[in-house]
Amino acid sequence: MSQDHDLLSLATTFLVLSLFAVGGALSALPEMHRIAVEAQHWMTNSEFADMVAIAQLSPGPNVLVVTLIGYHVAGVLGALVATLSMVGPSATLAFIVSRTIDRSSDAEWPRLLQNALVPVSIGLMAASAMILGLSPGQSWLAVVLMIAAAALSFSSKVNPMLLMLAGAVLGFAGLI
Amino acid sequence: MSSESVASTTAPSAPPGAVGLFIAFAKMSLMGFGGVMVWARRAIVEQHRWLTAEEFNDTFALCHFLPGPNIVNLSVVFGARLGGLPGAIASFLGLLLPPVIIVTVLGVLYTQYGQFERLQHALTGVVAVTAGLFLGTVVKMMQPLWKQRSIVGFAFLGAVFVAVGIFRLPLPPVLLVAVPLSVAVTWLLRRRGA
Repeated sequence: MSQDHDLLSLATTFLVLSLFAVGGALSALPEMHRIAVEAQHWMTNSEFADMVAIAQLSPGPNVLVVTLIGYHVAGVLGALVATLSMVGPSATLAFIVSRTIDRSSDAEWPRLLQNALVPVSIGLMAASAMILGLSPGQSWLAVVLMIAAAALSFSSKVNPMLLMLAGAVLGFAGLI
Repeated sequence: MSSESVASTTAPSAPPGAVGLFIAFAKMSLMGFGGVMVWARRAIVEQHRWLTAEEFNDTFALCHFLPGPNIVNLSVVFGARLGGLPGAIASFLGLLLPPVIIVTVLGVLYTQYGQFERLQHALTGVVAVTAGLFLGTVVKMMQPLWKQRSIVGFAFLGAVFVAVGIFRLPLPPVLLVAVPLSVAVTWLLRRRGA
């Protein structure tokens, strides 16, 4: 009964979010956080942050943080339901649109829509960065690490994976 | 860089079947630590030459303004283009099935061992770096707006950040207001500029 209820709320949550994830999966993180931590109380703030980090560390699309959320809420079935709900509607829409307009035409509206969406998705990304940056357990050394990672990723072509591993090692050594 | 310009001038190679698409996307996905798009471009344009660089950019642009994860959209649009519905499904499953299994295993491990103090500290370090990487991406994405002195762009960026990040409003209503408004303003500005 409660399992069914959890699966249903996972499905409805991510079916809706799938069509509102403008500018990619990371733009949808603030809404995932709002639902999973604040509205449904599926997990704590720091568990959410851990899952985002694990999804970044593992291969595959970053959207798979929803697989971890689904597993946490309702086991393997929850992982499947959350993943399919998050990617199903948008993938179906992408298929239909690509069949309808097929080849890129000279129409002006796709560029217009894209330009209009850019500031919106940057605002959402900024909110994602803030939510992660403010997650608990962050000492002042963690803040230094965060700023260093931001500066390095902005100014050089260093592999993000190396930075994440460095963060893991520093944390494991008890420095953070 | 040079291999890309070579790829864009040579004829595309024979289209792969459903199995070929599944394997190609599974490979890209499993190599894609911290994002798959770079590997997708490398595999589709440079390695297999299924699309020219321009065709890839067109496909990417379409996938970027559609909702949902860009790379998942790309797998479907690209798969459909080369192999119809079976091609779309094969690419989609190739992209998602292997990493979903891996991530689920990581979820099991996290549930079992996530409370260990050392592991918790290590994850805290990764969280700090990830937040920093997001911040770096935000600053990078802001640069074009900054160069254009786009006051309107920054106004929308700030309004969405405050609504979703500070006031924690639900995303759907925020977007249902912000997106049409942003489209209208962008359109008006363009008409006045033209």
